[in-house]
Amino acid sequence: MNPRILAVTTGRILRQLRHDRRTVALLVVVPTALLTLVHFMYVDRPTPPGQPSFFDRVALVMLGFFPFIIMFLVTSIAMLRERTTGTLERLLTTPLGKLDLLFGYGIAFGLAGAAQAAIASTAAYGLFDLETAGSAWLVVLIAAVSAVLAVALGLLCSAFARTEFQAVQFMPVVVLPQLLLCGLFVPRGEMAGWLQAVSDVLPLSYAVEALQEVGAHAEPTGTMWRDVAIVAGAAVMALVLAAATLRRRSG
Amino acid sequence: MQDAITIRDLVVDRGRRRVLHGISCAVPRGSVTGLLGPSGSGKTTLMRAVVGVQVIGGGSVTVLGQPAGAAPLRRRVGYLTQAPSVYADLTVRENARYFAALHGRRATDADRAVAEVGLGGAATQLVGTLSGGQRSRASLACALVGEPELIVLDEPTVGQDPVLRADLWARFHALAATGTTLLVSSHVMDEAARCDRLLLIRQGRLVADDTPDGVRARTGVDDLEEAFLRLIRTSEARGGRTDAREQ
Repeated sequence: MNPRILAVTTGRILRQLRHDRRTVALLVVVPTALLTLVHFMYVDRPTPPGQPSFFDRVALVMLGFFPFIIMFLVTSIAMLRERTTGTLERLLTTPLGKLDLLFGYGIAFGLAGAAQAAIASTAAYGLFDLETAGSAWLVVLIAAVSAVLAVALGLLCSAFARTEFQAVQFMPVVVLPQLLLCGLFVPRGEMAGWLQAVSDVLPLSYAVEALQEVGAHAEPTGTMWRDVAIVAGAAVMALVLAAATLRRRSG
Repeated sequence: MQDAITIRDLVVDRGRRRVLHGISCAVPRGSVTGLLGPSGSGKTTLMRAVVGVQVIGGGSVTVLGQPAGAAPLRRRVGYLTQAPSVYADLTVRENARYFAALHGRRATDADRAVAEVGLGGAATQLVGTLSGGQRSRASLACALVGEPELIVLDEPTVGQDPVLRADLWARFHALAATGTTLLVSSHVMDEAARCDRLLLIRQGRLVADDTPDGVRARTGVDDLEEAFLRLIRTSEARGGRTDAREQ
């Protein structure tokens, strides 16, 4: 990896995003619009005594979902475009290293995901009175790490897609099971043993657990840091696997 | 003088089809060498082998003294793919500056490369809004910007107007005069006369490796298109039975 090439590649990806104003607008507006929906869904529900309100429970986890889902899709398509328009082949004939490109995507879309999470969190705390025992900054941090994980998975999956149609179908394959089994719908402890085992190997489960730790504890807990480390480790592992799928020579 | 590219018995299969059937040739340094042949003759595959992105089935390709695709060559070789491979959602200038930065060049080098392909006036336009010809020139600027020692250009002049085409060829010769080696493919025979040397390939086999004058002298005709036609006929008559059967 070359720090200068990594930096210019990250800058290039962010510049591409900046030129696409509609995508930027969607990144900013959609999470807040969906949080509004969730707010009104639960607004009349009585809160069971001694428990967080439904909105607090759901919105907190959703703050991690948004960047995870969106950055997975954005990355899969962006990387597929690099492959189909020939820019990838050209890049691989330049001094750019594979990891410069992959980490460039990780940093650029990780930042975009962090910005998205920050805006959505501002709306959640400011407009809808989301309450968490811990700091909002930790929520944004965890969401940003989930975004990096999504970018890494998107880069890896794009290697197995030849068309945009195939690429978007990896979303339900890779993302939905992680959403279903992350512990939001059914607490992980109440799942059947084999489902729990599956949930244990899905990295998003740890991001959700980390968010729930922030929700319940005023100070960052050891479990939270461990979970963040697991998510970050899974992201690095996916990036390295993605590097293995990038071949300079093809048939 | 050492050759910039030496190819020995190069065999390439794509899928189950043999695309290159044992090609041997050399490209001298500081020259403009034309790689000519009809569409589907294997020009792009040969160029991909030279820049080291093609899996090869046999033989060897040596570029600037090293095996094609060796890591140090990535700073010394520039490649223009046939389809313009630039980012449609960046401006011409941003594209050129990115590829310049990859080669450790400055922004001013990038701006000069953009001006040299005649896109100075469109530098701040998004590539996605350019015409096909402009887009391929934007792509060309990105191949030239690193000032590589060897430049491999896959059909750089397709879709350009005649004046621009003449400008680009003048530019290629100016680069060659400074010691740069250019390998330029084309399927338009009238461009052959502009090259210092010619490689003519057809159905994955080398039909001619000569200077334009050499080709004319060997065939006894002045028009290169006619000359190539005769070379192809002679090679078929001499034992290109498989070629003849495919007609």
